[in-house]
Amino acid sequence: MNFPWLLLILLTPLIGIGLMFLPTKSFPFKTQTIAIYSSAITLVFVLAVLLQFDTSSNALTQFDVNFTWIPIFGINFHLGITGLSLVLVALTAVLTPIVILATQHEHKNRSKEYLIWILLVEASAIAVFMARDLFLFYVMFEAMLIPIFFLVGRFGGERRNFAALKFILFGLAGGLIMLAALIWLYFVTATQLGRGTFSISALTNELNLNTWTERWLFLGFFIAFALKAPMVPGHTWLPDTAEQATPGTSTMLIGILDKVGTFGMMAILLPIFPNASREFAPVIIGFAVFGILYGALVAIAQKDMKRTFAYISISHFGFIVMGIFSFTTIGMIGAIVYMVAHGISTAGLFLTAGYLIKQKNSSLISSFGGVTKAAPSLTGIFLIACLASIALPGMAGFVAEFMVLTGTFQKYQGAAIISTSGIILAAIYMLWLYQRVFTGPENKESKSIIDLDKKQIWILSPIIGLSVLFGFWPAPIIKISTPVVEFTMNQVDAKDPAPLFPKVGQE
Amino acid sequence: MIALAIALPALSAALLLSLGRRTNIWGPYLSIAASTSAFLVGLWQFLLMTNRPTEERASITTIYEWLVVPGTNFKINFGLQLDQLSVSFVLLITFVGTLIHIYSLGYMSHDENKRRFFAYLNLFVAAMLLLVLADNYLLLYVGWEGVGLASYLLIGFWQHKPSAAVAAKKAFVANRVGDFGLSLAIMMMFIIFGSVSFIDVNASVSGSPSWVPLTIGLLLLLAACGKSAQFPLQSWLLDAMEGPTPVSALIHAATMVTAGVYLIVRSASIFNASTFAQNTVIVIGVISLLMGAVIGAAKDDIKKSLAGSTMSQIGYMVLAAGLGPIGYVFAILHLITHGFFKAVMFLGAGSVMHATNDNVDMRRFGGLSKSMIFTTITFFIGYLAIIGIPPFAGFYSKDHIIEAALSHSWAAGIAALFGAGLTAFYMTRMVVMTFFSKPRWEEKVHPHESPISMTLPMIILSIGAATIGIGLTQNNVFEHWLEPVTGFSEPHPPLPILTITYITLGVVALGVIIGISLNRKIPKVAPTKVTLFTTAARNDLYGDLLNETLLMRPGMKLSKFLTIFDRGVIDGFYSGLGLITGSISSRLRRSETGFVRSYALSIVLGTAILVLAILVVRL
Repeated sequence: MNFPWLLLILLTPLIGIGLMFLPTKSFPFKTQTIAIYSSAITLVFVLAVLLQFDTSSNALTQFDVNFTWIPIFGINFHLGITGLSLVLVALTAVLTPIVILATQHEHKNRSKEYLIWILLVEASAIAVFMARDLFLFYVMFEAMLIPIFFLVGRFGGERRNFAALKFILFGLAGGLIMLAALIWLYFVTATQLGRGTFSISALTNELNLNTWTERWLFLGFFIAFALKAPMVPGHTWLPDTAEQATPGTSTMLIGILDKVGTFGMMAILLPIFPNASREFAPVIIGFAVFGILYGALVAIAQKDMKRTFAYISISHFGFIVMGIFSFTTIGMIGAIVYMVAHGISTAGLFLTAGYLIKQKNSSLISSFGGVTKAAPSLTGIFLIACLASIALPGMAGFVAEFMVLTGTFQKYQGAAIISTSGIILAAIYMLWLYQRVFTGPENKESKSIIDLDKKQIWILSPIIGLSVLFGFWPAPIIKISTPVVEFTMNQVDAKDPAPLFPKVGQE
Repeated sequence: MIALAIALPALSAALLLSLGRRTNIWGPYLSIAASTSAFLVGLWQFLLMTNRPTEERASITTIYEWLVVPGTNFKINFGLQLDQLSVSFVLLITFVGTLIHIYSLGYMSHDENKRRFFAYLNLFVAAMLLLVLADNYLLLYVGWEGVGLASYLLIGFWQHKPSAAVAAKKAFVANRVGDFGLSLAIMMMFIIFGSVSFIDVNASVSGSPSWVPLTIGLLLLLAACGKSAQFPLQSWLLDAMEGPTPVSALIHAATMVTAGVYLIVRSASIFNASTFAQNTVIVIGVISLLMGAVIGAAKDDIKKSLAGSTMSQIGYMVLAAGLGPIGYVFAILHLITHGFFKAVMFLGAGSVMHATNDNVDMRRFGGLSKSMIFTTITFFIGYLAIIGIPPFAGFYSKDHIIEAALSHSWAAGIAALFGAGLTAFYMTRMVVMTFFSKPRWEEKVHPHESPISMTLPMIILSIGAATIGIGLTQNNVFEHWLEPVTGFSEPHPPLPILTITYITLGVVALGVIIGISLNRKIPKVAPTKVTLFTTAARNDLYGDLLNETLLMRPGMKLSKFLTIFDRGVIDGFYSGLGLITGSISSRLRRSETGFVRSYALSIVLGTAILVLAILVVRL
C-alpha cells in the first residue's frame, strides 16, 4: 500500500480533538490553537494530495486505503478519492480553518466544545466524501448529523432546540430510507454475486439489477440525498436550522455538509443505478427547475438574513441537481464547480453577516440600515460575497452557472430557459437585501457597529480571492473533475449532443 | 499588449479598494495615471494598426485558455480582438474616460469617499475595455456585467440617499433582464454553432436555418435594450442620474449605455441574416428615439432631460444598426460624436450644479452665461453638435442616419427626421432655461465658474464635439476604416442627399424657433395645468408605472404568497406528520404494558414476519 494520505487527512482533525482532552498542564496549548493547527495541517495534507492527483490516470479512484472492517458482511473500511471527492474534500479543508478563525471569539467559555463539534463536522464530511464502501458512507452520512445537532442545539438562537430537533428528524428520516435501501441492496448482492458486498466499485461494475429493484433502490437513495441537498419540497428544515444556527455552523452545514446530497447523487446514484437515473432524470430536472425559482422567489420576501441565505442555497442546489441530471459533460462539470463556488460564497455571506448579527444580536433585515457608514470594509466584503452568490461574471459562480445552464440547454431547452430567469431573481433578492441592510440613512442601531479589523479582513480574504480566482481560472477544478465526469457519463450511457449547425469545415 | 490597457486600470482599482484609506491622498492621481496610460496604450496600438495594410489590421491575442473542458468542443479563450471597431471604442472610452477622471478631481474634491469614486471609475474603464476587446461573447459578457457593476456602484455612490440606493438596484435588475437575453443567446450559439467566438459565429450563421439568426438576434436585442436603456427596458436610465454627474457623463451617456449598439454592430452577421430581427431593431430604435426626446422635452431636471436625450440619441444609433450594412458605420459614427457632445453637456450640467449649490431644476437657473463663460461656450458647442448644425459633429452623423433610414423606408426616415426636430426643441429649451433668460436663482446662490480641472476637460471635449464629425467623414475615412469589420454599402435614399440635408436643417430650425418662442417666460414652479401628454412625459411616459403594475407588484405578491405557502402548506405537512406521529406514539405507549407475555408475543410475531420476508426474498 502506498503512503496512506487519505487516512492522514481523516485522522488529523480527530487527533486535534484528542489533544484537546489532554490535561492543560502536560500540554500547554489552547484549544483554539489546537483547532487552528489541526485544520491547517489537514489543509496542507489535502494540498499535498491535490498536487499528486493524477488527472490522466485510468483508475477511477486514487490513494486508496482499504482495510477489512466487518468481514462477515463484506464491509471494508475503504477510502479513495475521485476528482469529485477531491474537490469537495479540498473545499472542506479550506472552509474549516476559515470558519474556526472567523468565529474564534464566539462562545468564549465553551469554545472547547464548539471546536470539537466543528472538527467532527470536518472529519465526518471528509470521511463521507472519501468513502468507497457504501456501508462506511452510510455510517458517516448519519454520523454527520450528530455534531451539527449539538452545534445547533447548544449554540444556536432562541428556538435552537426546535431547530435542532427538526434538523435531526429530517436527517434521520432520509437516513432510515437509505438504510432500508442499503440492506435491500446488500441482499441483492448476496444473491447475485454470491457474496454480500458494500464496495461501491463492485456495486458499480458487477451488479445487474432488475428494472423494478433498481427503481425502488434509486428512489430510496435519492430521497435521502434530496432531503440532504435539500430539494424542494423536502427543504423546510434548512431555513429553520440556518435561522437558529450560528453563522459558523451554517457555513459548515450549508457550505459543506449539504453537498453530501449532491455528491451522493453523482458518486452513488448515477453509477450504481444508471438505468433508473436515466428514467427519472426528466422528473428530477423538473423538480430542480421548480426549486431554483421557488427558492429564489421565497428568498425575496424573507425578513431574516439567515433565512434568506438558506432559501438562496435551496435555489442554488436546484442548479447543482439540474447540472448533474442533465447528463452532459458540461452540465456535470458545471455542477461540481457550482458546489465549490456555492460553498465559498455561502461562507462569505454567513460569516460576514455573522459579524453584524453577533454585534446586534439580531439577524432581522429591519434591524439594520446604512451600515456602510460605520463599517465600510465589512460592507465591501459582504457585497463581493453577494456578487459571488448571484454569479456575477468574473466570479466562480458564473462559470458554474453558465456551464450548468449550457449543459442543460443541450438536452432540456425548456428547463434551461426557465431557470435562466433565475439570474434576474438573484439580482433582486441579493441587492434588495444589501440595499436595506447596508445603504440608506444610517439608523440608530447601525451607528455603533464596529467595522472588521485587519485580522478579520485577512481571515475573510481567501473567500474573495478564491471566488475571483476560479472565476477567471476555473481550469484546476475542471481538469480534476473531468475524468470522473467522463466515467459517470459512460456509466449512464450518455453522450454530449453535437452542435446543430456547426461551421462548415468543423466536425 | 492591448491587455495592458485593461490590466492597468483594473490593477489600480484593486489597489485603491484593497489598500483603503491609506491611498486617500495619492489614489485619485494613480487612478488618472492608469486611465491615461490605458489611453496611451490604445493610441499606440491604433497607430500601429494604421501603419498596416487594411487586411492585416485586425488581430486576436489569446491570453490563456479560460474555460476548456477536455474531450468536448467546449473551449472558450480569454482572448482579445483588436480590430478597427474595437480600437475605435478603446480610444473613445479611454480618451473621454481620462478627461472625466480629471474633471472628477475638481467635482469630487470635497467628497470624503473620493478615493472609492476613482477606484470605481477605473473599474469601469477596465470592464468597458474588456467588453469591447473580448474576442468571444462569453468574455464580452464578463465586461458587460463588469460595467453593470461599476454603474451600480456609481449610481449608488451616495448610498446614504435611499433614492440613490433604489436607483442603483433598479439599474442592475433592469440590466439583468437584458442579461437574461444575452445568456440565452450565448448558450444557443454554443448549442447551435459549437462555439461562442465572434469569428466562428460569423462564419457559421449562413449555414443555419432562418430561425437561428432570428432567435439569437432578438435575444441580443433584449440584452442591448437593457444595457442601452432602450424601450421597454429604458426606465432605469432616468433614475441613474442619482449618481455623481461625471458618472452620468461617462457611463450613462458617453460609453456604457452605448454597449448595446456595440453588441448589435458586433453581431452584424446575425442581424444581416434575419430581416425580421433587423426590423425589430429599427422599431425599438424609433420608439426609443421618440420616447426619449419627448421625455427630455418635459423634464425640468437638467440631468434627467439630458438622460432622456441620451435614450433618444441611442435610439438613433440602434435605428442605424438595424438598417444593416448601410447603417452600421453611421451607428458607430454617431456613437462617437455623441460620446463627445453628450459628455461635454453633462459635464457642463455638472459645472452648473457646482455653481448653484447642486441645484438641478432648470426653472431655477437662467442667465448663467454671464458668470460662467467657459461652461456656456462649451455647452453651446455641445448644443450645436447635438441638434446637428454644420460643421459641428452631430450634423454629420445624424444626417447620415436620416439618409440611411430614408433609404430603408419612409416611416423610419420620417421618424428620424421628426426626432431631429424634437431634439432641437428640447435642447433649445434647455439652453434657454439654463444659460439665457432671466436669472431665477434660489437664495444664496452665487454662480461662479468652475476650477480649471473641470473646465479644461470641457474645453477639450467641446473641441472634439466641434471637429470630430467633419474629421471622421472627410473623404469617407471612417467608412473605409470600419468597412472590413462591419461591412458597408452606400445608402440610396429616395431623395437627393442635398434635399434631405436642407429638409433636416429646416426641421431643426423649426424646432429651435419653437423652443425659443415657447420659453420666453419661464415660471419658477412648473405649471400644473398641463395636457395629459405633458403629464405623461413628465412621468417618463409611465414606464415605471408599467413595470410596477405588470412586474413588481405581482412578483412581490407571488413571493409573499409562496412564503406563506412554504410555511403553511409544505412545512405544515411535515408538522402535521410530526403531530400524527406524536399522537400515534402516545397511543402506542399503551401497548407498552410492562407484561412480559405481551412483549414475548410481539417478539414472536416480529420473528415470524422477518422469516417470512427472508423466505420471500430468497424464493
